[in-house]
Amino acid sequence: MIDAPAMRTEHFPFGIKGAGLGTVQRQVPSDEPPPLPPNAELVQIGKPAHRQNGRAKVTGAIRYTVDVTPEGMLNGMILRSPFPHARVRAIDVDDAARCPGVRAIVIVAKPDDPHSAVVRYVGAPVAAVAAASMAAAAEALALIRVDYEPMPFVVDMDEARAPDAPPVHDKMSAPAGHASGFPAAAGLPIVGNIRGPAIARRGDLAMGFAEADVTVEGEFRTSVQTHCCMEPHAIVADWRTDGLTVHMSTQFTAGVRQELAKEFGLPLNRIRVVVDGMGGGFGSKSSLGNYGRLAVQLSREAHSPVRVILDRKEEQTDAGNRPAVLQYLRVGAKRDGSLTALEALSYGTAGIALGASAGNFAQSIYACANFESAHNDVFINAGPGCAMRGPGNTPGAFALEQMIDELAERLAVDPLALRDKIDASPVRHEERRLGAARIGWDRRHATGADAGTVKRGVGMAQSMWGANVQTNAACEVRVMRDGGVQILSSVQDIGTGIGTVLAQVVAEVMGLRPEDIDVRIGDTDFPAGPPSYGSRTTASITPPARTAAWRVMQMMFAEAALALNAGAGELIARGGRIYVAGDDKRSIGFCDVAAHLRTDRISATASRADDYGGYRRSMQDAALAQQDLGGAQFAEVTVDTETGLIRVERVVAVQDCGRPMNPMLTESQVQGGVLMGLSYALFEERIIDRGTGRIVNANLEQYKLVGSRETPAIDVILLENYQGRSATDAYGVAEPANIATAPAIANAVYNAIGVRLRSLPMTPAAVLMALGKVPAETQP
Amino acid sequence: MNRFAFVKAQTLAEAAQASATVAGLIASSAGATGGGSVVKAGGIDLLDLMKENLLAPDTILSLRDIPDIDTISARGAGLRIGAMATLAGLADHPLVRDRFKALAQAAAASDTPQIRNVATVGGNLLQRPRCWYFRAKEFDCLRKGGEHCFAHSGESQYHAIFDNDICAIVHPSTIATVLVALEATVELVNAAGVTRRVRLADFFVSPSEDPTRENDIRIGEILVAVEIPATPRSSRCVWLKQGQRASSDWPLADVAVALELDAAGKCTHAVIVLGAVAPVPRRATSAEALLVGSIIDDALTKAAGCAALDGVTPLTGNRYKLPLLEALVQRAIAQALTTPGQSRQAAAQAL
Repeated sequence: MIDAPAMRTEHFPFGIKGAGLGTVQRQVPSDEPPPLPPNAELVQIGKPAHRQNGRAKVTGAIRYTVDVTPEGMLNGMILRSPFPHARVRAIDVDDAARCPGVRAIVIVAKPDDPHSAVVRYVGAPVAAVAAASMAAAAEALALIRVDYEPMPFVVDMDEARAPDAPPVHDKMSAPAGHASGFPAAAGLPIVGNIRGPAIARRGDLAMGFAEADVTVEGEFRTSVQTHCCMEPHAIVADWRTDGLTVHMSTQFTAGVRQELAKEFGLPLNRIRVVVDGMGGGFGSKSSLGNYGRLAVQLSREAHSPVRVILDRKEEQTDAGNRPAVLQYLRVGAKRDGSLTALEALSYGTAGIALGASAGNFAQSIYACANFESAHNDVFINAGPGCAMRGPGNTPGAFALEQMIDELAERLAVDPLALRDKIDASPVRHEERRLGAARIGWDRRHATGADAGTVKRGVGMAQSMWGANVQTNAACEVRVMRDGGVQILSSVQDIGTGIGTVLAQVVAEVMGLRPEDIDVRIGDTDFPAGPPSYGSRTTASITPPARTAAWRVMQMMFAEAALALNAGAGELIARGGRIYVAGDDKRSIGFCDVAAHLRTDRISATASRADDYGGYRRSMQDAALAQQDLGGAQFAEVTVDTETGLIRVERVVAVQDCGRPMNPMLTESQVQGGVLMGLSYALFEERIIDRGTGRIVNANLEQYKLVGSRETPAIDVILLENYQGRSATDAYGVAEPANIATAPAIANAVYNAIGVRLRSLPMTPAAVLMALGKVPAETQP
Repeated sequence: MNRFAFVKAQTLAEAAQASATVAGLIASSAGATGGGSVVKAGGIDLLDLMKENLLAPDTILSLRDIPDIDTISARGAGLRIGAMATLAGLADHPLVRDRFKALAQAAAASDTPQIRNVATVGGNLLQRPRCWYFRAKEFDCLRKGGEHCFAHSGESQYHAIFDNDICAIVHPSTIATVLVALEATVELVNAAGVTRRVRLADFFVSPSEDPTRENDIRIGEILVAVEIPATPRSSRCVWLKQGQRASSDWPLADVAVALELDAAGKCTHAVIVLGAVAPVPRRATSAEALLVGSIIDDALTKAAGCAALDGVTPLTGNRYKLPLLEALVQRAIAQALTTPGQSRQAAAQAL
């Protein structure tokens, strides 16, 4: 029988440092640690500790998945469809099977299976081969003969919406999924290539517009963006009679284990998923993926470990993407700025599968009683999308934050003043204040007022993201008899340095240094950690880390109390010793205490306690915290009105992540978010040849990413925002750091040239077109 | 990528045993199925082509070990640039920076430091175009010996706005734009040891002559050097590039302008070369004609920028290049006017 946990009352620091820091009273489970004081009073947490594996990363010593080469490993490669839509009538693998070194072949597109026989995008897997070397595998792939019957296809979203467009799916293949992300709308109608609409509404839209003194509206388009992880997707699958071991570059070891169990009918205790170094994921490494499934199948067939690494073309084609979205927005407001109605209609390129919504941002960020959004996924013959850094909200913010600026202009008020009026978030209010001061908002001139050819502009935009928590998250902390400390969790380091943060947390509790803590993560043999997506890693795993460390320390204090002849409750840990509080002369070394332990090691495992005071919404394994994560970004740009070139000179990013655990690592993550947003704003676009359905820029030469010479000065300001919700009060920052950048740049561009760019990317071609400098298409 | 033999040629004669040019091999159906030997300089472009399986030679003859074809030296007040000099070497060389600053700038603006440290002047001039249809194996385009140009009805934002009716590539070499403006000559040596000198401007091949190659290098020929004469206008030479990015990107357009002014400031000679807008570096002859004989003022500069677009035939996706190119030409002319002309001593040497 389990009793409801005993609760106790605690007082937590509350509010934003610098804007009125007080306390809040919360009921907390009695086995949770005491409230953590503000960062200023701490030794390790909130300090800029260096990334523990930084040296290993820059020297190449760290082990990425591609570096895992078990004895007898085979190389797997995937044969991919050259057609955007085709039926595989026959596939002949006999010659390939006879190729020297070939050990296994898996056929994906089976001619006798009406479902799998149809390939629906260029790059869709048709078959896979495992061979002794990559050269042998490539040779075998070339020997597979496939008889394709090409079918009509469509790769352009506007064309795909037409009633007579070639259907991407048949009745059997149409994914039953959803059009919008959170929460999923199930059972949506599919007509032609359009799935939806998924509708969200509140109030009375017509009444809202009737009440409006001013209405603004606009059409916005964003491009398909790909994740472009530096480290490609990679897996080494090792299927053995006693179980399956998978090394994989993944954002969610525990999730991949669950997928494998389901997919291959294996018990969880026979599957181990491991990742060490990771070179980014951004949403694209959240699940097993078709390449992962194929690697396991090949290993099962070959009775050997099989490695599959996607090359850059495969990365750009079949590793997911951020869908392009077409949005129509309409906003009504009173003369005083208050919003009376907000309407958002959108269409997203789902590729062959994913939802591509963008309405959540408009639904949530500003107070508006009358709201309606309708989102539609449009299927096209292209690789499926997947989550990417701030899915939905990133394209959503590009549109709405420009619309709000346009409204401010119509109302003849400053864009910041209008947001002060309509944005209820005290966090963003403070962020606007800090950001405006840092960028020098006062210097901002009237729209288009800069003289000369190269015009300067300043703009801003805001972000909003749910503060996600993985409730299914745990870790273990151990102390050895020699004083060694370990922390263990399956949580993985996507590249942001969560291992270093965990070491800081444990070190803080134990009075040790972060480098004293042995961090063992990225392995499902340890307690299940959270995924590294949805900006939830730090929020989910640092509280149980502190709790587990605190519980182990209670055992250490009990042991030390005997030696110090004091009560365990009187003891504190500091500088590698345990002291009687208030008496510096009575202390004992941490290692000396450990030496007296009854067993070789003691340990405590803690899981993520629910946020104190509860969640806004709970789902299985995950929950949404009461408060949102806000951000405000300011951009200063120059626009060359003759060449159309936009240069972003400076970005000020003011971000909220609850309690910053390690400002150095957090700032670095925010810089990454800004760069990715800048890249989205100015450069990135998947380009598909309409005639053949092939991506023409499936490489990093012609798919353009921001480079060193386009990197602006980036000022990061982190709020210290205490809410008293968990043992660490830390939340995420990955996505909010990315969402506001593109609209901030777009608003700055408008301020510079007085013409609004409503499509991404904002290339010289787009700027010159918007300025009316491109001659019309009438050649003599 | 295929397996191949790698031969470090020790002499030009040995390298000249190559059985094919890269263009010839790709245009023949044998290109991707294997066979033939080709020469390699820096290997940057060759590697790209081989990775995409556009080219599968049996043998690669490396020029790296051949002595004395990578030096940059003075020729009177002009320069002789060994074809194996790297772009980094070109960008950093005091003689280049001193005499032909625009060339040093163009070299320095190419791609990344890693590439510039390996890429050679000869390889840069002879590299194949970056057209995404040409570069992808799946598109059997005209330039690969196929039937048609996919850019005409396809994705054409980075393609040619001039001379694009047959094949719409743009010439990929940035230094070529400057070298044509500087009236450079290339020196080629064949297997028999015979040297051929061709004006760079005449070395390039337009699609109407042959859409499967960009230049007139012949089987067994090795490009050994580029020579730049000192002319009264070469010191008043300006090069400007506009890329979508400044980091590691190809130009959307680039422009080189070389002007000669008399003592009264009247333009006596003008060379304007447009890059990345046509299948070969393009002389803007009507713009040049406008400038010659006049004192160049703002109005004339504007008119010349406009005239540089004479004969333009943009595709659906690249009309934006018109205003962009016009602006670049105007800026380059304006900068050339304020660029110091040659010193008296250099002028004396040149004459």
